[in-house]
Parts: sequence; C-alpha cells; structure tokens
Amino acid sequence: MMREKILTFIEKNSRIDLRELAVVLGVDEAAVLNEMERMEEEHVICGYHTIIDWDKVGLEKVTAMIEVRVTPQRGMGFDKVAERIYNYPEVNSVYLISGGFDFMVTIEGKTLREVSQFVSEKLSALDSVLSTKTNFILKKYKDHGTVIAEPKKDERIQMIP
Amino acid sequence: MRNPLSKTIATIQPSGIRKYFDIVGEMKDGISLGVGEPDFDTPWHIRDEAIYSLEKGRTCYTSNAGLKELKIEIDKYLTRRYGISYDYNDEILVTVGGSEAIDLAMRAMLDPGDEVLIPQPSYVSYLPCAVLANGNPVVIELRAEHEFRLTAEQLEAAITPRTKILVLPFPNNPTGAVMERADLEAVAEVVKKHDLFVISDEIYAELTYLERHISIASLPGMRERTIVINGFSKSHSMTGWRLGYACGPKLIISQMLKIHQYAIMCAPTTSQYAAVDALQNGDEDVAKMREEYNGRRRYLLQRLKEMRLECFEPFGAFYVFPCIREFGMTSEEFVEELLRAQKVAVVPGTAFGEGGEGFVRISYAYSLNVLKKAFDRIEAFVLQLRAGGDESRDGGI
Repeated sequence: MMREKILTFIEKNSRIDLRELAVVLGVDEAAVLNEMERMEEEHVICGYHTIIDWDKVGLEKVTAMIEVRVTPQRGMGFDKVAERIYNYPEVNSVYLISGGFDFMVTIEGKTLREVSQFVSEKLSALDSVLSTKTNFILKKYKDHGTVIAEPKKDERIQMIP
Repeated sequence: MRNPLSKTIATIQPSGIRKYFDIVGEMKDGISLGVGEPDFDTPWHIRDEAIYSLEKGRTCYTSNAGLKELKIEIDKYLTRRYGISYDYNDEILVTVGGSEAIDLAMRAMLDPGDEVLIPQPSYVSYLPCAVLANGNPVVIELRAEHEFRLTAEQLEAAITPRTKILVLPFPNNPTGAVMERADLEAVAEVVKKHDLFVISDEIYAELTYLERHISIASLPGMRERTIVINGFSKSHSMTGWRLGYACGPKLIISQMLKIHQYAIMCAPTTSQYAAVDALQNGDEDVAKMREEYNGRRRYLLQRLKEMRLECFEPFGAFYVFPCIREFGMTSEEFVEELLRAQKVAVVPGTAFGEGGEGFVRISYAYSLNVLKKAFDRIEAFVLQLRAGGDESRDGGI
C-alpha cells in the first residue's frame, strides 16, 4: 500500500525531498526512507530520469522508432534477441510488441545518417533480424505523461472568496 | 432625477477583497494563495463530452429543472455517496452553480422579517441573499475552540420566534471545518425542536479528509426540512461551467423552480451534458484530486507547525485558516503587510464575516511547488514579525 503510494507520487515528481514526501503521504519518515532503499535494491525503482525538450536546447538529436521483425531463437525465445539489441548504447528502449512485428526499438543519434547507419550496419546485420522499418520522430508532444508544449498559465482570478 | 436604486440593494456591501485583487494582479513575481477554486483542469473526458454535445448540435434550452438524464444521475450519485435519494421528477433542480440555488432557496422560503441563521466565517453570499429575499440575517460566530463547528448550544442561543432558516455551510469555506455525525445529530435535534428549515450548502462534500461527508438530510426527520445544495465546481473542478443543483421536498423545490424558470430559464445545456458524464465516469477523478489535496493539506499543516503558527486541523475543502493574533495586527493589516513584504496573497478572515478577525484563509488549490515557495516566504515574514524586524518594509509592491 505504502509502496504503491510512494511510487505513484514519485513517478510524477522524483525530485521531492523524502522528508516532504513522508509529510505529504502522511506516513513515517523512516519508513519512507527504508522503503525507497528497498525498492532501489529490488530494482522496482530502476532509475531517475529527466524529461527534456531537446529542441529548445538547440542540440541536434534524432530519434527513431524502429519496428523489428525477428526469428526467436530456439529455447530462448525473444529474450536473447532482445538482449542482443538492447546492449547497444545507442538503443534507448526495447519493447516486445504484439501485432505485425516483434520489437519496437527506439534509437537516438546525432544525425539521421548516424541512426540509419546503426540500423543498416548493426541492427539489420543481426542473424535473427528478418526486417526493420524505421520511423523518424518529427516532433514530441507528450512524454511520460507530461505534455512537452508550454505549460499552461494559471488563468484563475487571483482573489476569489 | 429620482434615486434609481432600491433601498435594499444600497445596504449591501460589495465584496471586501476586490481591493487586493488589483494589487495582486499587478505584482511581478507575486504568489497568490487567494483563489477559492480548484487548480485542476476539468477532467478531459468531461470536456470531451461537452465538445461532442456541441458537435451534435445540442444547443437548445433544456427543460427548466434540467435534463432528465442529469437529474437521474444526480439522484444515483447522492444515493451512492451520501445515502440520500430524490425523485428526479420534482425534487431536483439543476441551477447555475450552487450560488443560484442559495439565492432561490432563500427567496422561496422567506417572508419579510423572517430570520436566517448564518454561521460565520462562511462563504460571502448567504447574508446578501438573505437580505435580497427580505429576510433578516442573524450571524452565529463559529469559534476556533470548537474547530469552527456549529454547536447545538450556539444554535439554540441564536433562535428567536422569527427564526425560520439555518444555513449549514459545511465542509466550510474559509475555515475547512467539517461537521461529523454527532455534531449534525445535535444540531438536527434543535432544528426539529424549533421547526426550522436547513439550507445545507454541501458544495465541498467530496473534499473531506477524515471520513466521508455526511449530509444532514440523511438524518431521521431532516429530509423534509432540508434543501441540499451541491454542484460540480469543487468536486469535478468545473467552476467555469456554472452548474449546481438543489434537492429537497417537492413543496419547496417546486417554488424554487418557479423563480428559476422566470429568472434563468435553464442551466447551460452544454454544461449539463458534460455533468452527466462527470457523474457517470468521474468518481475516480474526484478521488484522485481529493488525494492530491490531502497531501498538500498535510504538507501545509506541517509547515504551519514548524513555523509555530497556530492552526486547528481542517478536515474539509481546500483551505487552512491559521490564527495570526500573536502579531497584534488585524487580519487585513497582516494580509496587506504580507503582500507588500513577501508578495504572497492570502485572504483576510474578515472577508468571511467579522468572526474571521484574527485569521487568514490560505488556499491549497495550488501545486506543491507553488505552496512550498509561498510558505518559505510566509515563514520568512512570520519570523521577521516575531523578531520585530522592519527590513521587510523596503520590499514594495
């Protein structure tokens, strides 16, 4: 119960001070610290990241979502193939997908060329990969439940009884 | 030229907080904690339903009392949440916000000279509505030592042979006070003994943090003498949609309907369609927002405790109502000084009746980040006042 409460909260705001988190949730501070530590150990919490609108920084960055069809390996299914793919540092995420293809792989690179090169030279070259379809991302609107566009201003009248 | 104004309207004071409004509006880098409405957007599925109704061209009047399907949903909702049930045919009236319902109830029930008991601090419109309906408002001062609840003794002491209506404003704006079952039972006994009627403004009913809100209409013998007022503004974050409702015995609702019919015609149609969806699919949103408010409430109480600012624990609405008497200032002075020195706007307790003197209302309808920043400033202000320091005077607005 507490675990769920903590996770629900920090999923949206991981930067909160843990003392404050305990106050907000109305639970004991030591218990929160304890639970956080355990969840990190158990790898329930797998990392803390930042949602960034890279377009604003002016740094060139290209992201592609690649649909990959593979032949699962005997005795090891898709996991072994997935491992071959996610071990590349260029790979941002790998999902096993139901439907017309097997993996959805996101790749980040500095240029279009860099990404295409990775797909043609590394990804497609894997033995078990049958085919790939590369979709370049043109614009990111929402990520991890957060809308990337300008945050809404508080338009409420500032003094209301 | 003759005086064009009615004698009654001339006696009514405009709301006292307008003057701060302009100051806050012009402040750079100011933080307002003065807002009495939710900070959440109306949940998307509700907005989507409204858009859909417009696309379908549902842009006509509805029947005076409101859409039948909405009234049916209101009954279902009140039954599942508060165990009270009303006939959608003649016991439910959909209004333009809870505010209209307050006005209608007073006008439908008061004769000149009838007394209306109004516990204060409370929302600003009960008193003027009573006056406009030719009633005599009689204020009951709620007390901090009772956690701003209405006690049977206080009620009993305020009753005269002319008393007709008791306004019951709980969960309360501005104090955040709630009435628990035992409190209500005691009040209900007095109400029945003196044959009074209750206008129960339950607009904050969904926002309670102790136990689920109890409607006085659910107590034995109270349904026939209570008008329950509720709406969507606070529960579903739908203030701008202007949609509320009144429920009660047909005898009273039918007369309220007459006034509504001639003055308003019907509540906004688009809002009514949206509200049907709010009641059918919105329970989870309401619960989520409540949980969020509760976290902020706990945070603010902790901050108040840390800065040793006296405050009873409020279990309702989205306000804390700390006491500022230790500084030897009036509520208005405190608010003005805080605004000038730290650019944080809160509302003086006196805006909600003289009984609010010595207190300020702080709204937590703001994100935790905003609250944190504002409370850092409030803390600095409080420490400075205690130190007798005057450096804050250089701040300017």
